[in-house]
Amino acid sequence: MRSFFKNLVGQKILMAVSGLFMTLFLTAHLLGNMTIYTGGLNAYAEQLHALVPLVWISRISMLTLLLLHIYFAIKLTLENRDAKPVGYAVSKNIRSTFASRNMIWSGLAVAIFIIYHLLHLTVPAASGSVSLDSMGRPDISGMVVEGFQGGLVAVIYLVSLLGLLLHIIHGIQSSFQSLGLSGEDAAPVIHRAGIIVALVLSAGFLSIPLIIFVGIVKG
Amino acid sequence: MKLILFIWRQQGADDPGKLVRYDTSEISAEMSFLEMLDVVNEGLVKDGKEPIAFDHDCREGICGTCSQVINGVPHGPQERTTVCQLHMRQFKDGDKIYIEPWRARAFPIVKDLIVDRSSLERVMQAGGYISVHTGCAPDANSILIRREDAETAMDAAECIGCGACVAACPNGSAMLFTAAKVTQFASLPQGQTEAKHRVCMMTEVMKHEGFGSCTNHYECQAVCPKGLKTSFIARLNREFLKALDSPEMPESFSGGFLNRGNPSR
Ligand code: HEM
Ligand code: FES
Repeated sequence: MRSFFKNLVGQKILMAVSGLFMTLFLTAHLLGNMTIYTGGLNAYAEQLHALVPLVWISRISMLTLLLLHIYFAIKLTLENRDAKPVGYAVSKNIRSTFASRNMIWSGLAVAIFIIYHLLHLTVPAASGSVSLDSMGRPDISGMVVEGFQGGLVAVIYLVSLLGLLLHIIHGIQSSFQSLGLSGEDAAPVIHRAGIIVALVLSAGFLSIPLIIFVGIVKG
Repeated sequence: MKLILFIWRQQGADDPGKLVRYDTSEISAEMSFLEMLDVVNEGLVKDGKEPIAFDHDCREGICGTCSQVINGVPHGPQERTTVCQLHMRQFKDGDKIYIEPWRARAFPIVKDLIVDRSSLERVMQAGGYISVHTGCAPDANSILIRREDAETAMDAAECIGCGACVAACPNGSAMLFTAAKVTQFASLPQGQTEAKHRVCMMTEVMKHEGFGSCTNHYECQAVCPKGLKTSFIARLNREFLKALDSPEMPESFSGGFLNRGNPSR
């Protein structure tokens, strides 16, 4: 088994599995966030936090997957650069994309954003320093609306979520290929579906700070 | 037609090398790209200069020896065509053409446009064979093989081992080459016995030789003169997953022929 982690295909499989699980987490996270539009965010947050073990299991597994993903991302990127030490005087990209060539940078943007985002919203919410709403629940919704006042925060979220879009727009279809789940007929379908999922996820997340900034959703 | 050529000249492994400009006239549209270079070389020889060294053999697109990156594209602008089968009608009078060698850690430059591709041979030696006795020709015809499988194996076997996939890959990965071999054998009953061993060993040796890994840029498919598809790479990944539980998965790769690895490493 040790050699699995050393094999270059094995490492890509680990990146794909961790990337896909993180994408699944993003999907669940977005569905939860959408309750802010129905006014149900506080109720959702309260229910979620009643499931203490589940919350911690998901936090620990996401952190493990993220660290694994980052470790192999850096390792593979360095190895791959070493495998192509000299480029061409004239170079031309035919099939690769801006997204595929900049995975390490879009990933880095996502990593920085995750730290910022945790400090910005997760830590205050989890540490119980949030004021209570009229029903005596932690007022997560109010905290979010307050947190998104101001242009700078909106810009940080905008840029970071564009980074995420760039990352998963290549990442989703790439992980299916890495796991051998695509074939000659399936590949174009998976490619398109991956782009759609990436667009929906990014647009969904982005809608919240933007709409709050514009002032449609109020605490 | 008149052309302005910028060609990579490098005396040997230790020479830094540089692009040198050659202005040439008297090139006809009917010439092949290599014939054009022959004309340039004749001129150089007449002037008492050293001709440009480039690899070629069959000149009919089947041996995989010719290897030049033309204006940033391995094998040049025409799809599914080797350099030797590329013709000057693809270019216009007055064109600037940049000609460079395959670039990859695993392909050290020997001279000018010639690189050492023996690393691909060592990937082959690691598992690109069937060592079980499968009988002689009539016996082979008595083994029933699904038509689709036979077609897949034949498509994969079209690989001529030219290394354009490595030259095009931003990661200098030989995945399309290796995947073609793995797919070719994995599609046939004769290849089953050694399937797990093959995929593990070939990918290990690929790394050992200094090739990168596949991050799915798909540049290889775009330049392959034989039109090999990246679906073969997905197949390799599947074959690797199948080998996960097996004792074939070697723990250490320090043995035997691995030590004959790429001298530039
Ligand atoms: C929410 C967080 C993240 C998600 C959802 C995610 C998702 C993905 C996915 C699905 C892949 C494709 C895997 C494959 O091709 O097999 C991938 C690849 C990659 N990720 Fe991430 N990732 C995240 C964070 C990061 C971070 C923080 C970094 C680096 C600092 C990073 C760097 C990379 C790199 C370099 C690749 C390899 C590119 C490739 O194989 O095409 N990712 N990611
Ligand atoms: S010289 Fe044989 S393929 Fe071009």
